[in-house]
Amino acid sequence: MKRFLDSDVFYAFKTSPVAVVSALVTVLMVLSAVLAPLIAPTNPFDPASLNLMNGFTPPMEPNAFTGDSFFLGTDDQGRDVFSTILYGLRISLFVGVAAVLLAMTLGIFLGLLSGYVGGWTETIIMRAADVQLTFPSILVAMLIFGIAKGVTPVEYRDQMAIWVLILAIGLSDWVQFARVVRGATLVEKSKDYVAAARLIGRSPLTIMIRHILPNVLSPVLVIATISLALAIIAEATLSFLGVGAPPTQPSLGTLIRIGQGFLFSGEWWILFFPACTLLALALAVNLLGDWLRDALNPRLR
Amino acid sequence: MFSFVLKRVGQSILVLLVTGLVAFSMFTFVGDPIDNMLGQERTMEDVERLRQQLDLDQPFVVQYYRFLEQAIQGNFGVSYRQGRPVAEILLERAPATLELALVSGVFAIVLGIALGVFTAIRRDGVAANVIMSASLIGVSLPTFLIGILLIYLFSVELGWLPSFGRGETVDVGGWSTGFLTESGLKALILPSITLGLYQMTLIMRLVRSEMLEVLRQDYIRFAKARGLSDRVINFRHALKNTMVPVITVIGLQLGSIIAFAIITETVFQWPGVGLLFINAIQFVDIPVMAAYLMLISVMFVAINLLVDILYAFIDPRLRVAT
Repeated sequence: MKRFLDSDVFYAFKTSPVAVVSALVTVLMVLSAVLAPLIAPTNPFDPASLNLMNGFTPPMEPNAFTGDSFFLGTDDQGRDVFSTILYGLRISLFVGVAAVLLAMTLGIFLGLLSGYVGGWTETIIMRAADVQLTFPSILVAMLIFGIAKGVTPVEYRDQMAIWVLILAIGLSDWVQFARVVRGATLVEKSKDYVAAARLIGRSPLTIMIRHILPNVLSPVLVIATISLALAIIAEATLSFLGVGAPPTQPSLGTLIRIGQGFLFSGEWWILFFPACTLLALALAVNLLGDWLRDALNPRLR
Repeated sequence: MFSFVLKRVGQSILVLLVTGLVAFSMFTFVGDPIDNMLGQERTMEDVERLRQQLDLDQPFVVQYYRFLEQAIQGNFGVSYRQGRPVAEILLERAPATLELALVSGVFAIVLGIALGVFTAIRRDGVAANVIMSASLIGVSLPTFLIGILLIYLFSVELGWLPSFGRGETVDVGGWSTGFLTESGLKALILPSITLGLYQMTLIMRLVRSEMLEVLRQDYIRFAKARGLSDRVINFRHALKNTMVPVITVIGLQLGSIIAFAIITETVFQWPGVGLLFINAIQFVDIPVMAAYLMLISVMFVAINLLVDILYAFIDPRLRVAT
């Protein structure tokens, strides 16, 4: 810990107000998502606690019928907007993190493999990456979502939607990781320590994971952070388009989709607060990623 | 040069074959086409007849070949949901998307270049700094939020512009156009800005950085020494030399405009191909999804190929390198 506090990276962090603020925002968001059941005033998915009479209560104003007051107002069914945002944040963050983990694992594995083994393996993997890179990743994610939805039986579709979403975003995003890891592996492969490991008879798999992987991780970390911001936006976009998280498990994108319907009738808060939360989250993670890239790459400083 | 072009064409065909395989696998592995085409009341003979008719008893490779043969002729089968040939539906929807893409493309290019030049020339001015900061926000806002924001401002609050649909359209030789009516033109404004904003900021930032680079060169200083006016220097000498990378980016962004039209079309309920695709995903309408995939991939591959070949013409070093 002391070593970390003395490091260059931590010093750069302390002296960059942007990094500190966005890290604070990110931590706050993650904490409130994890602790949502404790913080949220009501459980928006427990039908027993809902009162339809409370529907469309404006923020910070008592309801005309029941006199109840809500911090950020309520939606059409009388659900507390603040609580739905907390639970939505949970789902958005969960999908984002899980999708990036999937993309990262897949990308690292395929990248190491193609960099270390070379030959036909490399050609096939990198050609596949090229093909996928021809298309915008959001389009690939939509397509994977559509196919996966078609394969799941109708009665499980809503339950599986979150996992299908993770799969779709994760699979649409592995190329970045694979390319970077492959490039770094090619460099590491020719170094003496790899030759030494090979000489004492270590298996290729051990060399890849135990020896090369730790040395290629720092660019992976940067891509992972930036990918997280992109994955959160991708999730929100898909859910907003109605091909993501279902209304029974709403993410921030689904909440914005629901809120859009009430824009014309003047209930702006149902849309406004989830949108602001999404923006703050995406912006904070994005800025953090940008900062990390500059901090870990001394050449740019 | 010839071998380079040949190689790139070969790669492109390979990409198309792979996406074709994906599209085809969707038909075979997602649901049973027989189930989708025959209703509840069917006999075993019906099933068998249709199976033979559709070549489902043939080996995979033969089926794939038949599929490609049909796809090249523009035949993608019948939509499960609408019961009409997919090609017909796509043709009907295409004008809406193409007009939207055209207008937002023009918007992005014209305004992007103009603002890029402006922010480069007045790099320390207040207006230029405001524009640059605003563009940062524009890049990080998700497309659908931009759309909602515009709807809220101009449709809900001000009531100036319609928030959904294409307005009245006029049929010109089978092409329904929104360019000829007032409501059609009005309906185009908000979706075009939504779709083009990201590309505009991209072009603007690129033009700005290229301009700053060029304005530092000796020949600009020489042009100033010759006593040429600022306007001639900025537009004749500087802007012209920034155009090569800008044209490349515009070419590559063309494809993503069509792809991102999916989001814009959903926000504005624009009756184009993108909305069709989203609905197809929601209702697992495989033929429409497959046809859209093929259409998009042909477009992307063609654009990439053209840009690469153009590049090779401009920069001879690339011909040897790849």
